[in-house]
Amino acid sequence: MTELPRSYADRDAVARSFDLFGFLSRYGTVIALVLLVAFNLAFTRNFATMQTLNVNLTQVCTIVVVAVGMTLVIATGGIDLSVGSLMAISGALAPMIFLGKILPIGSIYLSVAAAMIMSVLVAGLLGLFNGWLVARFRIQPIVATLVLFIAGRGIAQVMTNGNLQTFRVPEFQWIGLARPLDIPAQVIIMAVIVAAAAWVLKKTLFGRCVLAVGGNERASELAGIAVSRIKLAVYGISGLCAGLAGLIVIAINSSSDANLVGLGMELDAIAAVAVGGTLLSGGKATIVGTLLGALTIQLVRYTLLANGVPDAAALVVKAGIIALAVWLQQQHRG
Amino acid sequence: MNRARLVRIIGTYGVLIALAALVLFGYLRYDRFLSYYNVMTLLRYNSMFALVALGMCFVIMTGGIDLSVGSVAALGSVASALASPYGIVPGLAAGIGAGLVAGLINGVLVTRANLMPFIATLATMQAASGSALLLAGNQTVSVSYESGFTAIGQGSLWTFPIPTTIAVVAYLIGSLVLNYTGTGRAVLAIGGGEDASRLMGLRTDRVKFLVYVASGGLAGLAGVILASQFGAGQPIEGVGWELFAIAGVVVGGTLLTGGSGSVVTTLAGVLLLGILFNVLNFENGMGWISLSAYWQSVIRGLFLLTVVLLQARLTRRRVGAL
Repeated sequence: MTELPRSYADRDAVARSFDLFGFLSRYGTVIALVLLVAFNLAFTRNFATMQTLNVNLTQVCTIVVVAVGMTLVIATGGIDLSVGSLMAISGALAPMIFLGKILPIGSIYLSVAAAMIMSVLVAGLLGLFNGWLVARFRIQPIVATLVLFIAGRGIAQVMTNGNLQTFRVPEFQWIGLARPLDIPAQVIIMAVIVAAAAWVLKKTLFGRCVLAVGGNERASELAGIAVSRIKLAVYGISGLCAGLAGLIVIAINSSSDANLVGLGMELDAIAAVAVGGTLLSGGKATIVGTLLGALTIQLVRYTLLANGVPDAAALVVKAGIIALAVWLQQQHRG
Repeated sequence: MNRARLVRIIGTYGVLIALAALVLFGYLRYDRFLSYYNVMTLLRYNSMFALVALGMCFVIMTGGIDLSVGSVAALGSVASALASPYGIVPGLAAGIGAGLVAGLINGVLVTRANLMPFIATLATMQAASGSALLLAGNQTVSVSYESGFTAIGQGSLWTFPIPTTIAVVAYLIGSLVLNYTGTGRAVLAIGGGEDASRLMGLRTDRVKFLVYVASGGLAGLAGVILASQFGAGQPIEGVGWELFAIAGVVVGGTLLTGGSGSVVTTLAGVLLLGILFNVLNFENGMGWISLSAYWQSVIRGLFLLTVVLLQARLTRRRVGAL
């Protein structure tokens, strides 16, 4: 057999001609974002203001933080449905600690620090539990994380007995309300997390291992990668991200409602990852893409709302965008 | 008895044994557990979930998943509530029709556009939810009480709740289709190995299309019952139904990787989860313990965890990711 297999020859031919789908799947999100900004500049009143920018950024922050963890999980070929519930748990736990309901700590600074660290850590541990189910028992990720999706919100509701916890604690709420240099604190947190995760995924051994596991698990194992440990780590990180996002949400709201914190977040995060161009089957991931994906979805929603389209219709449009983005991805690969 | 055989029996009949044990426990512990009222209320309420789980079971057996059922049921409930003044048949038709359209879209996205079932139905979920809110104008839609529409959810046929009758008939049909028709066998074949099935000459796309349409239609029907039972079309109901349906299917012993499964044990799985809460309510009523309603989801999750761990131990089947 000296001849190339047909499919390779075909692929070469496609590569030589202009690859529209490839182009769109690589730059589609950026193009969409540019078009949306252009449209808004032309038609939406008061679009080019700091306020618009801040509104959009603060609304997208929690989604981006969660979606960064989700990107890592999806990069290994997994999925994490439990993020919304983990947000609810961390959001329920933190006020219980800094309001002194669990154990009285004299200094407000100490108790706020304890609250933040504890609740993020608990979410991270629950994430590790997801990873343990996936790695140790080889349970499909969608089922393994379904357990905490269902039980997690229940745990948060049981902890608070379903009651709303309201508070006014500036020492804690800076995470959602402070604006150093006129930039909302959570936007800075988001930027730091995105930059760190992008660096880890691109430049570190761990990042390469994550992608390798998603690309071909069996081959990675044979190549000596500790697949189980990588999986544990990504689910743990996803849990940490969700825990942090939970804190930001309750800080913005000055209250924590276990029934509502993080509700539907898993879908928003997955949508951001998909629109951003990360392969849902694993092996190829982009953190910056996820950021752009989340921004695109947010901006679509903002554009529609600012121009008088009801929120419900925005949902339908969002659905269309997700389907289209993944379809484009598929065309490129196929 | 050797180990392999034991494993197989537990795998197949585990849920039925657990169900029987739970019913026996309830019967021995609570006076009114098997009373007419309690049993009928339980069956009436769980019929909706049973219908949704039936469609989900077929989709999962092909190796797919349908995350849209919850919002499709909500859409169905709104559509049927809007059509309810014209009578029972238009109400039914509107609800089921809305569900079929959603299922059709899922089917096209999965078979024509080749989207992963997970992501295609995720998109449909959002679209259906948005459509339901738009149709309902962001509020619940009261059904008409004059047209007799409420009989579907609240009525009884020879002392047997109508929703339950509908569910039982649906499961009978589902079981017959799965076990005795070419399409049913094809569903399992596709879940076992899609490429192999296609090479064997099965029309895999057609069968997959059909299961998504069926799942949508059943979710729409569940929506009709929801509207009729509670007297209103509810655009924000159905949140999380998809995951409870999946839980029922998994507890029923159907593998999420597809290729194997049973309609009857799915029904048992749904009933098992339903009865678990009934038992919880009785336990609260006895006053020994007091568990708030919020414990339900915790217990549901623990139950799912147990089953999933058991399955992982028992079946030893290597499962791929997602």
